[in-house]
Amino acid sequence: MASLTTKNLTKSFGTVEVLKGIDLEIDDGGFLVLVGPSGCGKSTLLNCIAGLEKTTSGEIRIGERNVEGLHPSQRDIAMVFQSYALYPNMTVRGNISFGMEIRGIDKAEQERAIAEVAEILQIGDLLDRKPMQLSGGQRQRVAMGRALVRHPQVFLFDEPLSNLDAKLRVDMRTEIKRLHHRLGTTIVYVTHDQIEALTLASKIAVLEAGYLQQAGTPDEVYNDPANMFVADFMGSPSMNLIESTLVEAGTGLAIVISGHGGSEITLPAPDTPEMRKHVGGPVVFGIRPEAMTDPDGADRTSPRIETRDCFIEVSQPAGSDTFALTPLGGKECIARFRADARIELGAFAPVSFNMTKAVFFDPITTDRIR
Amino acid sequence: MSHPAQENAINAGRLTRILIYTVLIFFVIYYLLPLWVMVSNSLKTLDEIRGGDMLAPPADITFEPWRQAWSQTQIGVEATGLKPYFLNSIIMVVPAVLLSTLLGALNGYVMTKWEFPGVNLIFGAMLLACFIPFQIVLIPMARILGMLGLAGTLGGLIMVHTVYGLGFTTLFFRNYYAAFPTELVRAAQIDGAGFFQVFRRILLPSSGPIIVVTIIWQFTNVWNDFLFGASFSGYSSTPITVALNNLVNSSTGVKEYNVHFAGAILAALPTLVVYIVSGRYFVRGLMAGAVKG
Ligand SMILES: Nc1ncnc2c1ncn2[C@@H]1O[C@H](COP(=O)(O)OP(=O)(O)OP(=O)(O)O)[C@@H](O)[C@H]1O
Ligand SMILES: [Mg+2]
Repeated sequence: MASLTTKNLTKSFGTVEVLKGIDLEIDDGGFLVLVGPSGCGKSTLLNCIAGLEKTTSGEIRIGERNVEGLHPSQRDIAMVFQSYALYPNMTVRGNISFGMEIRGIDKAEQERAIAEVAEILQIGDLLDRKPMQLSGGQRQRVAMGRALVRHPQVFLFDEPLSNLDAKLRVDMRTEIKRLHHRLGTTIVYVTHDQIEALTLASKIAVLEAGYLQQAGTPDEVYNDPANMFVADFMGSPSMNLIESTLVEAGTGLAIVISGHGGSEITLPAPDTPEMRKHVGGPVVFGIRPEAMTDPDGADRTSPRIETRDCFIEVSQPAGSDTFALTPLGGKECIARFRADARIELGAFAPVSFNMTKAVFFDPITTDRIR
Repeated sequence: MSHPAQENAINAGRLTRILIYTVLIFFVIYYLLPLWVMVSNSLKTLDEIRGGDMLAPPADITFEPWRQAWSQTQIGVEATGLKPYFLNSIIMVVPAVLLSTLLGALNGYVMTKWEFPGVNLIFGAMLLACFIPFQIVLIPMARILGMLGLAGTLGGLIMVHTVYGLGFTTLFFRNYYAAFPTELVRAAQIDGAGFFQVFRRILLPSSGPIIVVTIIWQFTNVWNDFLFGASFSGYSSTPITVALNNLVNSSTGVKEYNVHFAGAILAALPTLVVYIVSGRYFVRGLMAGAVKG
């Protein structure tokens, strides 16, 4: 087990710079989840850590060791690929033992190690099958088994569950989480799945276009996003980003938001030096759907609930909740009402804003105003 | 229960089927006719050939022409039959095919999984090698063989065929390995496998179809080659194609057509056997390249 650090890591393919200075730190035993839109460089970063791609500049440390120039097999890592990458001509046993065989570990020890991972992953009765004869979930287990026998310092997972159906994905997610608890090995994990990211991670890193946008605990990334990209990317449905004007109101500050048909609502805004710089100008008001509720559904522990009348255009029942769409700042915003809240469409209804959850952004730089 | 329309459809279907079969049978006969002529005439006596119908079956089967062609007939100046030349061809073909296949596989592996700058340029150059006509390489090749001291030897022929075949074998393997998942190679690298271990343990075991394709291709080409054989072989290294030509063209005495037919079949037999044994893998291999993702 070891910590993992990257310092100012860059990677170019020819003239295309794919990673543009990534600084990351994962504690020993941490679970880092990399998220970001397709093509942002997640796999490339993982491959650089694994040593499968040569970095252009910067430093990677696994534990105290700078792994620059080390062959993938000497970095003490194990990787699980999206396609599983099981050797098609070998049995499950052969797949798991291949690495040990190459390293010249004696047969008895190999057998013992195979039995151990087969036990952990419950693949004991599959050992003599070929990968072709396995289901997707079983292949996934074997791929993990192959990584497990290495007892690496760091596990690297590249979208390991994306080829599984929804139900199996949930099961395997739980299993990976349990495995992490049991082994305590540092993990770097790439996913497109928001839920996977939020449930598994001890730290989430959001990448976009080769830049690290934010790295933090799931709570930080979700509730305290560093910029509009992160706010918009994390969470589903994503955060409402509402254009508003910041004004002075009595002793404090307030934002004015245009609503349906020329109506306006005003909400209090935090009075900080940073915010004061934007008085009289536009700010983006960010609030998650679950912080915009019907008054009865509002979080009673929150000290700052503000209720305003908003025009409800559409409602979308979603089982446990109902999403109500209301135009604010020229855009449809999503509010999350209780499933049994009475909603009258095409009319004004009171909506409670939980202002402790509100965040504000500079519309020009898209960065947070704190 | 059957409706007239349905019956019509069935009848129409049957008619097309009959038509298709007729056409197919016609073509089968058309393509098999030369083989029939060769086999039947190789089993006739010379008198029967002279007096009779080419297409008629032998009235009275004799294997004498085959024995003649194999071990007795006059080729060039010696009456050795085709046997020694057949052996020459085997000694030439087997290493040439194995070498060019192995090197082609290695080339394909390096070009797809260990990409280096300029790889496409080199691949382009190798592709060009497929299209260079034999005639163009004759003279430079003769010089090189001379310089290496391999002129007129079987070793020289093996080298010529290996080099000339490399363009094709590289093309085959490169295209096959391009579709081979790179993640497998990466997984093996993480497992600690080196360059040759990845090749031998991961790629080769999955290369069956393309190996068969390449071997058939190379075998037929090298075995059937006449020009290189005629240009670069010496007295003791003449391949069977050249010997067959000498047999058929020897101007002394009467033309023994039955022996010629038998000799021609003997010369063609190995390629025929290779096709029959592995022809379906050939088709399967060609398909595999196209379908595999
Ligand atoms: N070998 C390569 N040569 C050139 N460009 C590459 C190469 N590999 C990746 N890229 C480019 O680098 C960028 C990042 O690719 P990467 O595979 O890391 O994305 P990703 O974040 O993993 O995307 P996804 O979520 O779709 O898997 C992409 O724009 C891709 O086109
Ligand atoms: Mg990827």
